[in-house]
Amino acid sequence: MLNTGTIYGINGPVIYLKGNTGFRMSEMVHVGKEKLVGEVISLDKDLTTIQVYEETTGLRPGEEVVATGDAVSVTLAPGILNNIFDGIERPLERIAETSGGAFITRGVSVDSLDRSKKWETHMLVKAGDVLRAGDIIAEVPETRAITHKCMIPPDIEGEAQVLSAVSDGSYTIEETLLTLELIDGSKRDLTMTQKWPIRIPRPTHHRFPASVPLVTGQRIIDTMFPIAKGGTAAIPGGFGTGKTMTQHQIAKWSDADIIIYIGCGERGNEMTQVLEEFSELVDPKTGNPLMDRTTLIANTSNMPVAAREASIYTGLTLAEYYRDMGYDVAIMADSTSRWAEALRELSGRLEEMPAEEGFPAYLASRLSAFYERAGMMHNLNGTDGSVSIIGAVSPQGGDFSEPVTQNTKRFVRCFWGLDKSLAYARHFPAIHWLTSYSEYLTDLGSWYQDNVSPKFVDYRNRLMALLNQESSLMEIVKLIGSDVLPDDQKLILEIARVIRLGFLQQNAFHKDDTCVSMQKQFLMMDTILYLYKQSRALVTMGHPMSVLKEENIFERVIAIKYDVPNNQPELFKQYRRDIDAFYQRVLEKNA
Amino acid sequence: MSIEYLGLSNINGPLIALEGVSDAFFDEIVEFVVDGKERKLGRIVEVYEDKAIIQVFEGTTNMSLKNTHTRLTGHPMEIALSPDMLGRTFNGIGQPIDDLGPITSNLKRDVNGLPLNPVRREYPRNYISTGISAIDGLTTLIRGQKLPIFSGNGLPHDQLAAQIVKQASLGGDSDEEFAIVFAAMGVKHDVADFFIRTFEESGVADHVAMFLNLANDPVVERLITPKVALTVAEYLAFEQNKHILVILTDMTSFAEAMREVSSSKGEIPSRKGFPGYLYSELATIYERAGIVEGINGSVTQLPILTMPNDDITHPIPDLTGYITEGQIVLDRNLHGQSIYPPISILPSLSRLMKDGIGAGYTREDHQDLANQLFSAYAKVGDARNLASVIGEDELSPIDKQYLAFGKEFEERYIGQGVEENRTIFETLDLGWELLGLLPKEELDRVDTKILDKYYHSAETANQITATSSLGSIANANLDKAAPKEDK
Repeated sequence: MLNTGTIYGINGPVIYLKGNTGFRMSEMVHVGKEKLVGEVISLDKDLTTIQVYEETTGLRPGEEVVATGDAVSVTLAPGILNNIFDGIERPLERIAETSGGAFITRGVSVDSLDRSKKWETHMLVKAGDVLRAGDIIAEVPETRAITHKCMIPPDIEGEAQVLSAVSDGSYTIEETLLTLELIDGSKRDLTMTQKWPIRIPRPTHHRFPASVPLVTGQRIIDTMFPIAKGGTAAIPGGFGTGKTMTQHQIAKWSDADIIIYIGCGERGNEMTQVLEEFSELVDPKTGNPLMDRTTLIANTSNMPVAAREASIYTGLTLAEYYRDMGYDVAIMADSTSRWAEALRELSGRLEEMPAEEGFPAYLASRLSAFYERAGMMHNLNGTDGSVSIIGAVSPQGGDFSEPVTQNTKRFVRCFWGLDKSLAYARHFPAIHWLTSYSEYLTDLGSWYQDNVSPKFVDYRNRLMALLNQESSLMEIVKLIGSDVLPDDQKLILEIARVIRLGFLQQNAFHKDDTCVSMQKQFLMMDTILYLYKQSRALVTMGHPMSVLKEENIFERVIAIKYDVPNNQPELFKQYRRDIDAFYQRVLEKNA
Repeated sequence: MSIEYLGLSNINGPLIALEGVSDAFFDEIVEFVVDGKERKLGRIVEVYEDKAIIQVFEGTTNMSLKNTHTRLTGHPMEIALSPDMLGRTFNGIGQPIDDLGPITSNLKRDVNGLPLNPVRREYPRNYISTGISAIDGLTTLIRGQKLPIFSGNGLPHDQLAAQIVKQASLGGDSDEEFAIVFAAMGVKHDVADFFIRTFEESGVADHVAMFLNLANDPVVERLITPKVALTVAEYLAFEQNKHILVILTDMTSFAEAMREVSSSKGEIPSRKGFPGYLYSELATIYERAGIVEGINGSVTQLPILTMPNDDITHPIPDLTGYITEGQIVLDRNLHGQSIYPPISILPSLSRLMKDGIGAGYTREDHQDLANQLFSAYAKVGDARNLASVIGEDELSPIDKQYLAFGKEFEERYIGQGVEENRTIFETLDLGWELLGLLPKEELDRVDTKILDKYYHSAETANQITATSSLGSIANANLDKAAPKEDK
């Protein structure tokens, strides 16, 4: 018999029940006649508090609340990819069909995943096999790009013997695939479906240190501030600085197997855009539409605030499930500030004691628990997979000293600070090279050495040094102008300009420049540094910068990003020859 | 028949408490009769077993604990909808105030609206020609977009909004119906008068539904005004297939009303005393812009907000910027130089612009040109800073060219007449003409092919502009989206 309670009070998304209801913490409940979905968030011997994931307009005291016996959890089975869900894993497409309109009505009861669809299943186990939690029992081609691996749920203890198993064929997610005899002698039927509570991390065997970068095709990220597979990164920036654009670019071009895109309290049109664009765009690695490897979780800013808080965990749990199959998953969380604000809003409704700027005192611990669910893992079934988290942060007033940015900084290892003045000058991506950092650089050094070039890290550091020198020279230029600088310093300014415009700036709408291979990134650095070396030789010999700038070689190097397609690295040899020719010409002219 | 309750148990500012109620629900609308004659409306904001906290829209003046009869209506805030609402004027909670009688319709809607399902949205791509270069060229307005004007007290945001209404309404295909929903929250009488006059003068008055909550009207009423207006807009757009431009002014008064009510409810404040749910509340308003798949109507929002002390980091403009799809920022310095419209282009942005311009929409060079103008104008700022330290004479020749470009750009590109309606091609050609003041090597944001096709340096510019403007007139005639000659 399920526990029930009666509504006593309603305050926005928070409702109170009187008496000891026997509900459990984090239990999912159905509220009122419309069966709105809610979660128990606090218990007292005479008061139960529930947050409701839907609008509470029309709810009356006296209506019944029914417990479900389960914590708020997600359904895990084939059908998750190429789909768009709300914050508690209800498919928006089905909601639209059920409610029959363009608007999301309340109390819509839909299944998370299609229960009638038959999936082509290839069984990997047979009767008599001995299995453990996490073991893969069957493979289902979920989309053209991804094979779904059905696993033994992690809650099965010890070794279990397969009593019977079906043969290959088409099955729904609810049909029994095999029957196990558990260690205690009881029997259990398994289907493709698992349920998992969203607030509890799925178990793994152990964690690996970061060693492989998540290659994104974005130069400022891959070269300057790389993120590892299984790593965490934050993108803070005021409005209009390009947080969402950066996340879209990473979602499109990164070499993760699966992308979980969480639109948390952001614009509805943006989700529509991702949905449209990703269905059309083709994944360069597999040749399939990007949506085939993508799941969208949409809780737009006008959707109920409690579900916004849950949406982050829903996305994480889906990501961990695919990690358990041995995939590299990347989560785009846009924006974690909206999630933190949802915490603040609910905390305010609960009349909790506020800490900084009204945020609850547990903000830091919630953030750390969130980012710590990322990692490169050795799974229970022996495969390796990773969850990388890239969280956008929307600091109020673009001020990085506010609590969400500051607390996030403590728990991420990669910080891509977006800069307003760069965005105003339309320098995109507006990641500022002086405020950003990545702690993964040393961890990934050997990967770059083996897979790109032994000189890679050295070149990267030399570019950074030039940019730093430029910044200190600019202090002087601001006071006295650039004309009075000595020529070697003018050259540093010029080369830094080439680096900024030709390397750091990247055009997301240009077919060649939107995603750049590691090899081309390296060769671009190589060309820029060769230009610097030759120019410096000329300047040391006493040739003034004004003579060097008569040549168009600097402009040509800047335009490499457009002029050299990704698949023609041999063109870089021509640039070296051109730089040599430029060197000779200047020498002869001033001989 | 519903029960009437006599008396109240507590009055505190706009909030009253009523005890002994049964069957009240959250967000329900209640009616009060004070002293047997004055009628008021209120909304239940908190409800416990037999106690309801009610927010009174018209203010609690005259109410006492004894003289008030309360009746629960049994429904949330609703408004009757009909196509006849165009051409009418209403108060802040949607009651007619123009002596033309009530709106009779069986169709009633909850003003809170419902979130639009992202899978049923259509991504906005059609640009609206406003005839204003700084907007069309650099922060293009797209049908279905929410693009606020960030302004300050004393800046001509009302004139700008009026000009957009006048010029945008004349554009577009004649078979598409265009209408305006105007919601005023806490604005001065003369501002409301200005808009009414503008609508009459430009002959669109019968296409406008006006909702007026003026500065001396009750504060709580303001909280419901934009919701009422947007409910009407959604009805006209998605059920009557009209293209609706919604003007909301002034969102700052709306947010301040929220703060006032929140503090009288004793809620925990977040930044600058605003309640923690300011973002969610603003979002439920702004997100009601958009286009629905398969429906030939749209809601475009043009909210106006005055930044307190011109501070763009103040919570109201800040949170607005995070929700809306860009912003148009007005600048006091430009206004001081008598440049109209004083649009500060660097912080201004239109997020939907990139998908609604270019070949097939405006012209192939539009995006590159806009990027280059932004970038060049950013350098003008650097050159001016330098000039203020070392003096203009000491600047390098290229910095001097930037200064010249900046002056021309502000006067001729940003600046234009209150009645001046430029076609998109005039705007684009003007952009190239101004870039001609700079050497070609400086233009690093433009694809080499486009640069070769459109760039003409200033020396040869005179003859070139003559031919290119001829070309643009021919193009304008071909292009349906271009504004027509005066009717």
